[in-house]
Amino acid sequence: MEDCLAKKMEITVSEAEKRTGRNAMNIQETYTAYLIETRAVESQSEGQCAPVESLWRRYSEFELLRNYLSVTYPHIVVPPLPEKRADFVWHKLSADNMDPDFVERRRIGLENFLLRVASHPVLCQDRIFYAFLMQEAGWKEMVNETGFQLKADSRLKALNATFRVKNPDKRFTELKHYSDELQSVISHLLRVRARVADRLYGVYKVHGNYGRVFSEWSAIEKEMGDGLQSAGHHMDVYAASIDDILEEEEHYADQLKEYLFYAEALRAVCRKHELMQYDLEMAAQDLTSKKQQCEELATGTVRTFSLKGMTSKLFGQETPEQREAKIKVLEEQIQEGEEQLKSKNLEGRDFVKSAWADIERFKEQKNHDLKEALISYAVMQISMCKKGIQVWTNAKECFSKM
Amino acid sequence: AASAPKPLPSSGPKSLREMPHPLATSSSEEMGPALTPSPDLLLPRSIADKDLSLPNGTPVDTSSPASSSSLLNRLQLDDDLDVETRDLFVTVDDPKKHVCTMETYITYRVTTKTTRAEFDLPEYSVRRRYQDFDWLRNKLEESQPTHLIPPLPEKFVVKGVVDRFSEEFVETRRKALDKFLKRITDHPVLNFQMQLLTFVIPSEDLNAYKKQGMALLSKMGESVKYVTGGYKLRSRPLEFAAIGDYLDTFSLKLGTIDRIAQRIIKEQLEYLVELREYGPVYSTWGGLEVELSEPLEGVSACIGNCCTALEELSEDMTEDFLPVLREYILYAESMKNVLKKRDQVQAEYEAKLEAVALKREDRPKVPTDVEKCQDRVECFNADLKADMERWQNNKRQDFRQLLMGMADKNIQYYEK
Repeated sequence: MEDCLAKKMEITVSEAEKRTGRNAMNIQETYTAYLIETRAVESQSEGQCAPVESLWRRYSEFELLRNYLSVTYPHIVVPPLPEKRADFVWHKLSADNMDPDFVERRRIGLENFLLRVASHPVLCQDRIFYAFLMQEAGWKEMVNETGFQLKADSRLKALNATFRVKNPDKRFTELKHYSDELQSVISHLLRVRARVADRLYGVYKVHGNYGRVFSEWSAIEKEMGDGLQSAGHHMDVYAASIDDILEEEEHYADQLKEYLFYAEALRAVCRKHELMQYDLEMAAQDLTSKKQQCEELATGTVRTFSLKGMTSKLFGQETPEQREAKIKVLEEQIQEGEEQLKSKNLEGRDFVKSAWADIERFKEQKNHDLKEALISYAVMQISMCKKGIQVWTNAKECFSKM
Repeated sequence: AASAPKPLPSSGPKSLREMPHPLATSSSEEMGPALTPSPDLLLPRSIADKDLSLPNGTPVDTSSPASSSSLLNRLQLDDDLDVETRDLFVTVDDPKKHVCTMETYITYRVTTKTTRAEFDLPEYSVRRRYQDFDWLRNKLEESQPTHLIPPLPEKFVVKGVVDRFSEEFVETRRKALDKFLKRITDHPVLNFQMQLLTFVIPSEDLNAYKKQGMALLSKMGESVKYVTGGYKLRSRPLEFAAIGDYLDTFSLKLGTIDRIAQRIIKEQLEYLVELREYGPVYSTWGGLEVELSEPLEGVSACIGNCCTALEELSEDMTEDFLPVLREYILYAESMKNVLKKRDQVQAEYEAKLEAVALKREDRPKVPTDVEKCQDRVECFNADLKADMERWQNNKRQDFRQLLMGMADKNIQYYEK
C-alpha cells in the first residue's frame, strides 16, 4: 500500500452546492455540485502547508469515472458510489434528492468513494482517476478518448442473462452465489431496520405526551406539583432524544449500504469471468470444429453431416483446386484460432490470478469494516440505553420528591 | 325500629357457606383453629345498632350522638395508624376457582391477623368471592356515608373481551381486593366497622346478614332518589367546590395518562413485531459469512434479548401501572359521589333551616345532626385527601421504579 495515492494526498469532498444549468437537451435542470479538495501530504511534513487544489464535480461525472474504472479493470472489485436515489427510507427521512440531509449523506459517500479508490493499490495509479481529482476542464473528453465504452461488453448489461459455461470455475460460482445472498440479506436488513427505526420513533414521541399531561396535572396539585412538572420536562427530553439517536443510526445504515453495493461489484467481477470463460469455450469449440472440417476435406471422409457435404454429393463434387483452396483458408484460420486461444487462455489465467488477489483483499477489507460497523452500532445502542436510564432516573428522582 | 344484629354464632367445622366448596385444602384451613368466636364481641353496641337502622330513609350519621367522642377517638386513632401500633392486618391471596352446578366463580383467601381483644383468636382465614367484597363495600357506604370508601375493582367485565378466569385478570383483581382491604384497615373509623369484622371471620350467618342487607338496600332505594333528584344549594362552600373541580380535572388527567400509557404499550408492541423480524436477519447473514458469523450471531442474540425485555416491560405496565390509574379514577368517582351527598345534606340543612324560619318551630335536632354531619365530612375529606397524596406519592415511586428497572434490563441485554 506504499504507493497509494491516499497516503500522498489528502482528499476531501468538502461542500455541496445547488446549481442550475442547461443539460444536453437544452432543458433547464437543477443539480448538486460537489467540491473536491486535494492537498499534497508530503510537503506538510516540511512545515509548509501545501496549497489546496479544488474543483467541482457533479454526481454524473462520478458515475462516468466509475464506469470507466469498471470496464478498464474488470478483475477489480471497484468501490461503489452512494445510492443515486434515497432508498430504504422511513417516514421521517425524505426521499427527495434535494433534501439537505440526503445531500449531506451523499457528500460523505462520495468522499468515501474517492478515498477507497485512492487507497486501492491498482486503481489509485490510474491517470484518469488522477485527472478526475486535478483537472476540471477537458476531463470528460479525456475519458471518452480512452474508448472504454467500446470495450464495455453490452452482453453484461443484461443482468440475468446466463452464459452456459461447460466448465465453470467453482470458486467463482460460489462467489457469485455468495454475492447474491449477501445482497439479498443486506437489503432485507436495511428494510427491516428502517421499519424498526420508524416504530422506535413512534414510541419515543408518544412519551412527549406525558410531558404535556404532567404539566397540566401539576397545575392542580399542591405538594405533587413541582415533582410532576420536572418529571414532565424529563419526558420531553426523552421524546426529543430520539432524533439524534436515529440520525447516528443512519450512518450505520450507510455503512451497510456501501457493502450492499459492493456485493453488486463483486458479482460483476464474477460475471465478467463467466463471460470470459464462455468466450474461451466458444473459441475452443470453434477451433475444434474448424480442425475437423479441415481433416474431412483433406481425407475426403465425411464424418459429420454437413449441408455442404450433402449438396456436393447431390450436385457434384468440388474440384481438387477448390478443395485445396478451402483447406488453405481453414489452416490459416486454425492457426489464428490457436493463437487466439492461447492468448485467451493466458488472459483468463491472468484474470483469475489478479481477480483472486483483489477478492482476497476485498474480503479482508469487508470483514474489517463490517466488524467495526457492528461494534459502533452496538456502542450506539448502549449509549441510547444509557440515555434512557439517565432520563428515567431523573424522572424517578422527581417523583420521589413529590 | 332498630333491629339488633344477631350475635355472631359459633360456626361449626363447616359453615353453610363453605359447604359447596369442593376444596379440601381450604376447608382444612378454616377448620384449623377452633372456630368459635364468642357470641358477644366487645363492640360498642351503639354503633352496631345504628349501623343497620335507617329511620325514614334519610342518610344518618350513624355515630352522631357519639360524634364528639368519635372525633376524640379519631384523634387518638390517627396516631394508631402507624403500622407499628396497628392491631389488624389483612391480606388477600390464593385465588381458587369453584365450579358448581349453577355457576363458576373465584374465591380469594382472606387472612386476618389481629391483637385486638374482641377477637377470640389471633388469626383467621376465610374464603370470600367478589360478591362478598361488593356487599362489604355497600354496607360500609351505607353506614358511613360521610366517609370515602375505597373503590373496588370493576365489577362487570365484557364476557367476550376479557377472560374472567385468566391468570392475569384474577391476579389483577386479587391485588385490587387486597389493596381495598388494606385501605379499610388503614382507616381510623372503617377499621372498626362491624361489617368488616363479620367479613374477615368465618360466619355462617353472613348469608343471612347479607339478606338483611338486601332488604335495607331497598329502603336505601328511596334515598338514592334523593341523590339523583334535584336539589338546590344556597352556596357551596368554596372548599368543596374546589375539591369538586380538582376531582374533575384529576380524573380527566388520569384518563389522559391512561390513554397515553395504552398508546405507548401499543407502539411498543408494534416495535416489538419489527424487532422480532430484525434479529433473525442477522442470523441469516451470519450463516453466509465465515469470520463475521460470530459477531453477527451475537447481534442477533442481543436483539432477541431486547425483545424479551420489551415484552416484560409492556406486561408489567399493563399489569401494575394501568390498573392503579383506573383504580384512582374510580376512587375519584366515589369521592365525587360523597361530595354530592354532602351537598345534599347541606341542601337539606338549608331547607330545614328555611322551614324552621317559616314555621318557627323548634326543631333543633335535625339541623344539628345535619350540621354535625357536614363537619365530619369536612374533617374526613381533608384527612383522606392528605392520605391520598401520600398514597399517590408512593404509587408513583413504585411505577417509576418499575419503569427504571425495565430500562436497566434493556441495558443489561445490550452487549458487544
